[in-house]
Amino acid sequence: MREIKAAKITEEIARLCQEANFELEDDVQRALEKAHAAEESPAGKEVLRQILENSGIAREERMPMCQDTGLAVIFAELGQDAHIAGGDFETAVNAGVSRGYTEGYLRKSALADPVRGGNTKDNTPAVIHLTLVPGDKLKLWVVPKGGGSENMSRIAMMKPADGIEGIKKFVVENVREASGNPCPPIVVGVGIGGTFERCAQLAKKALLREIGSEHADPFYAGLEKELLTLVNDTGVGPMGLGGRTTALAVHIEVAPRHIASFPVAMNINCHAARHKYIEL
Amino acid sequence: MAEHILTTPLKDEDIKKLKAGDKVSLSGEVYTARDAAHKRLVDLIEEGKELPIPLEGQVIYYVGPAPTPPGKAIGSAGPTTSYRMDPYAPVLLDHGLKGMIGKGGRSQPVVDSMKKNVAVYFAATGGAAALISRAITAAVIVAYEDLGAEAIRKLTVKDFPLIVAQDCHGGNAFEEGQKKYAR
Ligand code: SF4
Repeated sequence: MREIKAAKITEEIARLCQEANFELEDDVQRALEKAHAAEESPAGKEVLRQILENSGIAREERMPMCQDTGLAVIFAELGQDAHIAGGDFETAVNAGVSRGYTEGYLRKSALADPVRGGNTKDNTPAVIHLTLVPGDKLKLWVVPKGGGSENMSRIAMMKPADGIEGIKKFVVENVREASGNPCPPIVVGVGIGGTFERCAQLAKKALLREIGSEHADPFYAGLEKELLTLVNDTGVGPMGLGGRTTALAVHIEVAPRHIASFPVAMNINCHAARHKYIEL
Repeated sequence: MAEHILTTPLKDEDIKKLKAGDKVSLSGEVYTARDAAHKRLVDLIEEGKELPIPLEGQVIYYVGPAPTPPGKAIGSAGPTTSYRMDPYAPVLLDHGLKGMIGKGGRSQPVVDSMKKNVAVYFAATGGAAALISRAITAAVIVAYEDLGAEAIRKLTVKDFPLIVAQDCHGGNAFEEGQKKYAR
């Protein structure tokens, strides 16, 4: 049985929480550069110019690109033949989040109690999605998620009869309504199928995919393209000030569903689409 | 896109010149406040008590900055979503507030109050927080230190890059811009 040290998990999570906030991933950077070159709206172009300049400053000075350094969302795939030694997984992850957010001067936005409040002061606990998979590796995705874009995310328990048209209408109307609030250009994660909670999780997972990648199933790859065009045709534009780029990508994740249910969820990520990956 | 250079405190004649979509470079002092600080300010006004900051001619920036790293005036400090402050903004505008900085649109009651009181709402680029922090040369906590990132700070800003999002004549850069580029 392969051993993975809990201390190693803590160390890597601490590093990735900081790097995710300091360094915009290449796929997002490239997509923003392309959007800037193509933008026709003067206000939209100015916003994109500022976003690109900001990304350079954040990287150089090791400062968070956005002051909202988010809740730490962690997706983990643990190989069932691996053994975590010297501590438990959740404690190790949270210790990493605590260290990373403190050492990196990242903002602590976690409230211990949703109604009564009380800042936990180290941005713990993380939101952890753990799945058990074959093999002996541990795969970790660190996805700091800001409130502005998370708040514009939606789920609908549609009727099966609503079909593809229902999905399109839902996505486009929500993007229009969200307007400038989620800091467009956005990345739209769409979950289709599953149960209520599975569907929401699919939408979040869709945000992990590299921008520019396509769904493996050509049917959904086509729908992703069509949705992206429809979303950009809203004219919402960078920061909602009007323009050609409202979204950098639409990613779809699907799961089997109940014959009577047709859940559709959309999770919005902002242009500060932070995600870091490591395999241990 | 007309461009304006403004210094706080703002006067009515400054504000009347601003049209939705114009670029503004703002210098001077601005105060920070988010949800919790707004609630406290409005509670004080309703109780008829004195406020910890002046409002006359002032500008409030909706921001909760990241912690200040050593050697810097402030941490990353981009705008937060403004609609959460909509329930409080009209009261502050009635008491002399002249400008607000945030991201996203404002509701009708805020627009009406901006018209009545001659005030302006600026959009800063959400997520451009490291860039904006460079325009902030000093930051001091002046009230509600217990609120942490949400405490009220007095910022000294130099050439803070802004766009007039909603002006005092009812102009709305979001509506106008989106209509123009919708297909
Ligand atoms: S929506 Fe994203 S870019 Fe905008 S303020 Fe929130 S975390 Fe930052």
